[in-house]
Amino acid sequence: MTAPVLFELRNLACERDERLLFVRLNARFYAGQAVQILGPNGSGKTTLLRILAGVNRDYQGDIYWQGKPVVDMAWEFANDLLYLGHLPGVKKSLTPLENLRWYAALQGSVADAQLLDALVQVNLAGYEDTPCYQLSAGQLRRVGLARLFFSKARIWILDEPFTALDKSGIAQLENRLIAHAEAGGLVLVTSHQDIRFPQLQTLNMQDFVEFSTFGETAHG
Amino acid sequence: MAKSPSLFTATFRRDLLLAFRHKGEMINPLVFFLIAISMIPLGLGPDKELLMRIAPGILWVMALLATLLSLDNLFRSDFDDGTLEQLLISPHPLYLSMLAKVLAYWIATGLPLMLMSPLLGVMLSLPSGAFIALCSSLLIGTAAMSLIGAVGAALTVGLRKGGLLISLIVMPLYVPILIFGASAVAEAAQGNPFTMQLAVLGAILIMALLLAPLATAGALRVSVNG
Repeated sequence: MTAPVLFELRNLACERDERLLFVRLNARFYAGQAVQILGPNGSGKTTLLRILAGVNRDYQGDIYWQGKPVVDMAWEFANDLLYLGHLPGVKKSLTPLENLRWYAALQGSVADAQLLDALVQVNLAGYEDTPCYQLSAGQLRRVGLARLFFSKARIWILDEPFTALDKSGIAQLENRLIAHAEAGGLVLVTSHQDIRFPQLQTLNMQDFVEFSTFGETAHG
Repeated sequence: MAKSPSLFTATFRRDLLLAFRHKGEMINPLVFFLIAISMIPLGLGPDKELLMRIAPGILWVMALLATLLSLDNLFRSDFDDGTLEQLLISPHPLYLSMLAKVLAYWIATGLPLMLMSPLLGVMLSLPSGAFIALCSSLLIGTAAMSLIGAVGAALTVGLRKGGLLISLIVMPLYVPILIFGASAVAEAAQGNPFTMQLAVLGAILIMALLLAPLATAGALRVSVNG
């Protein structure tokens, strides 16, 4: 059986400060996949995720969403996307519940009970009305991660979601990601830690480095 | 069952809430406006004729500077905590979310400035006949200045020290607003009609309403790219 192709990258390349981060990046992502993007610091993992999420639009090549160019499908794609950047996306002077309410409005309509339930899922029960500046770094992460528990999006793009989480938090998040992939979603994640996934695929950024540029600069 | 409001209302409500939680930032421009204007009679002496003549210009210039003072904060915290990129990739029209942000900003800064202005007018012995002109011109003027200023704030939010640059970008665009605003008050102070000036200010506001949120959204996309 073949799962439908959700996301396809054709000949993607990105240049930053006159340095090629990656070139000729071709990849296909299927529904039900969980993909870890590997690479050392500065290899362009975050940039790739920002390009895929539509935050960064400085790239060459084409991105296809369900077989059509993503620029033509912008609305459908945005509706189906959950992106968690390496910034937590949490307002510190608001409470966790107020933060989630804004995200609920961002994605359509979600009942308050569901938001409270999401906070329970990330072990933040009892902190609904505490201003976020009183929370620890890990708890702040959890506020952002609570979005995963009421999201209807199919594609999750997560940049270093495990940072600052404790062991039980990491296990919980892993289970949530596995459940999402099994339900037919697509998870793209970067992490410097090993992720315990039954069927984790990897994409190594170092396979897409252009070596010839070194030669060119040496002669130029 | 409580349903989530639209993104426009949610953003508007969130930003107002944030403004009230950061009262210091909100009061800062008002205190500047108050102090700067109360210094003028002290510096010039209690010459009523002179104060009356310069009052419209002084009030408007100070209001303009006070608006500039808080402009840098408009997108700064959203940019720093990552909510800005979430807003940009949302499926909702950016025009409306930008409008919501500017509206909340204007209610927190422009509106109190306008409400405070008659009091300061008294301090500069502005004739009472000019108060309506002062309030109405500031009402329209601060709204237009917030909308135009948002474009400058959006362009410079990616730079670490954008404060001075905002002033340079935005100041030339504020000049027509200043000229017509101050002239409306000056005409009213002499008992002349001031509807022409208000009409021009209104036209500027409508243009800003139509175009500024689009320019702001475009500028923010450039800023988060970096």
